[in-house]
Amino acid sequence: MKKRWMSLYVENEVGVLARVSGLFSGKSYNLHSLTVGETQDPTVSRMTICVDSDDATFEQIKKQLNRFVEVIKVVDLTNVPVHMKEILYLKILTANEKERTFAYRMGELFEAKVADMGRTGIILECVQTEKKNDELIHMAAKEFTNIEVVRGGSVAIESISISNR
Amino acid sequence: MKRKGTQAFVEVLKREGVDILFGYPGGYAIDLFDELYKQKDIEVILPRHEQGLIHAADGYARATGKVGVCLVTSGPGATNLVTGIATANYDSIPLVCFTGQVSKNLIGNDAFQEVDIVGITRSICKYAVTVRDRKDLARIIKEAFFIARTGKPGPVLIDIPKDIQLAMGEDDFEQPISIRGYKPNTSVHLGQIKKAMEMVEKAKKPVFLIGGGVKLARAEAELADLVNKLRIPVITTIMGKGAIPTDHEFYVGNIGLHGSYASNMAISESDLLISIGTRFNDRITGRISGFAPNASIIHVDIEASAISRNIKVDIPIVADAKLAIGAMQERTAKMEIRDWSEWKAQIDAWEEEHKIAPQNPEGLSPDKIINEISERFKDGIVVTDVGQHQMWTTQYLKMDGTTKLLTSGGLGTMGFGLPAAIGAKLGCPDKKVVCISGDGGMQMNIQEMATAMACELPLVICIFNNSYLGMVREMQHLYYDRRYASTCLRCTRSCKKNCFDKNKECPPYSPDFVKLADSYGAKGIRVFEEEDIKKAFDEALANQEGPTIIEFIIESDELVLPIIPGGNALNEMILEC
Repeated sequence: MKKRWMSLYVENEVGVLARVSGLFSGKSYNLHSLTVGETQDPTVSRMTICVDSDDATFEQIKKQLNRFVEVIKVVDLTNVPVHMKEILYLKILTANEKERTFAYRMGELFEAKVADMGRTGIILECVQTEKKNDELIHMAAKEFTNIEVVRGGSVAIESISISNR
Repeated sequence: MKRKGTQAFVEVLKREGVDILFGYPGGYAIDLFDELYKQKDIEVILPRHEQGLIHAADGYARATGKVGVCLVTSGPGATNLVTGIATANYDSIPLVCFTGQVSKNLIGNDAFQEVDIVGITRSICKYAVTVRDRKDLARIIKEAFFIARTGKPGPVLIDIPKDIQLAMGEDDFEQPISIRGYKPNTSVHLGQIKKAMEMVEKAKKPVFLIGGGVKLARAEAELADLVNKLRIPVITTIMGKGAIPTDHEFYVGNIGLHGSYASNMAISESDLLISIGTRFNDRITGRISGFAPNASIIHVDIEASAISRNIKVDIPIVADAKLAIGAMQERTAKMEIRDWSEWKAQIDAWEEEHKIAPQNPEGLSPDKIINEISERFKDGIVVTDVGQHQMWTTQYLKMDGTTKLLTSGGLGTMGFGLPAAIGAKLGCPDKKVVCISGDGGMQMNIQEMATAMACELPLVICIFNNSYLGMVREMQHLYYDRRYASTCLRCTRSCKKNCFDKNKECPPYSPDFVKLADSYGAKGIRVFEEEDIKKAFDEALANQEGPTIIEFIIESDELVLPIIPGGNALNEMILEC
């Protein structure tokens, strides 16, 4: 089992997301994250999908997705150079000023932006690789008792000359 | 020119060459029916239940090779299609199913007879869509027919809201089809064919494994030619049965759970499997690790996802069976064809060693009835339901190359037989059609007797009545210490809870199938003895007015053998009991 990524070009129509996500539940594939949004062509949406699977299952997932009439193209991103980032909001609730300062430093370390702050806490906005976001959450969970996490799932695009994932 | 949605609907159907439509009306389909009423090219058949309706369309499609068309109303009309859609999906049968829907502004309101049928069927059909804009209507219907019949065929569902049916609009019926996400494969990779045939040249124990894909591709003649050239033994799945005549020199039998000893042994011992149009369903592989352990595998399938899914293969060939077999044929001219007669002799020896035969050969045994059917329906269509009678049919039926066998292989849907036979007969009125059913399956869509009567169809309906849900009973007999839980169809509430008494006085069977035939105005015959089989078929075939039910009262204890117990490999069969 390992993590793999793919990009999916689909018809921007009602029900397509349900069909794609339904495949994962219906066939017991392990979906890690799925993001979707419109492309430069408003009739086409692009999904970035991350799954946990072995080689054979991943091949099968790609083939099954390709069968759908609504799926225009499946691109395997597992072993190609890409730029891939995920947005993370981390809310740290603490009235302790020292702790808030530490939170701010921690944010600097992870190149996160301070999106909001006040007497009761601080919100960090972190656009990073999934792995780095994991590390930030891990550290925050150790240091603070009251945190709130929301993350967007990775989006990826193929590289031109440098790669970053 | 502006026309109503219903008019556009009928126009596209006519252009697609639809001659028969299976429909059941209702509030949200009434306008479509009204439009169909005004024309003569498309005959509308009214089955008595939507499940029967879709199986009839399915039988029509299997028998003719054309797309079966269904039209039902929203809500319960649509949900009653579900089993039939899944049935067609598993066996790759082209259907286009139209469902009425509440008007767009009511969708989501839990309106009367509103269901999200597209959501319900999404995972069991090839494509499902709600028409949301009148201007897309004609294009979507046209595309639906294209999607249903091309590539790996399958059912497509189109949900049409009432307001779209009534809306006026302009239509372009000539616009060519171009679906960017759907480009069915229409070629064959010759490099892969070359590699495959090189493997054939080297093989010592090759066998063909032929699935339903060969029949769907209508490639029977090409296959026979290839087999005659190569002289390699042929084994079929139950969906592939009949792809090659059963009396062909190189035909061995069926593989799988109830396959013949020789077939299962030959697959297990082979060193090269040339499999065409089968997806290696668990019913044919047995325990995966024990499946053809010494064989290299060539796999031809039109669907890329079928390849290396259940069984890892060595040479994948994604192509239509007809094209691939054609390419293999051409290749034979350039290759050296070995003498595999020793291997063939080994398979023949296995065939001699164990022949499929009933455990109780005396009296009215299933093989005798099926042998009579083989004789009487030589160029006809044999339709089965699901259960023991189905497996016996796949074991004993002789098919000389023009006989067709229609059966629900993938989903195993009880209740399929009778309506599918009706559809087959409507599609092929010149062919003799026989339905082989069990007493359980017959009751699952028995209301379609009225349809057969109304359509004046001279069907012969054979019910193998053993008073039990025989297939399940067989498993209870073999693996559950003969605890026949909920499988006795004579059982009443007054019966003792656990009856093991062989000489027990059982309540009479209900319904009385002969009286039931009579109440429909059909003919009913009951057969108890072997010597009455011929007479019954004489009478049934003489009745050209409508359907005839022949109820054969058979032994409850008769099992379908061989059988491979769950978890066993293909060559670990129970041969006798």
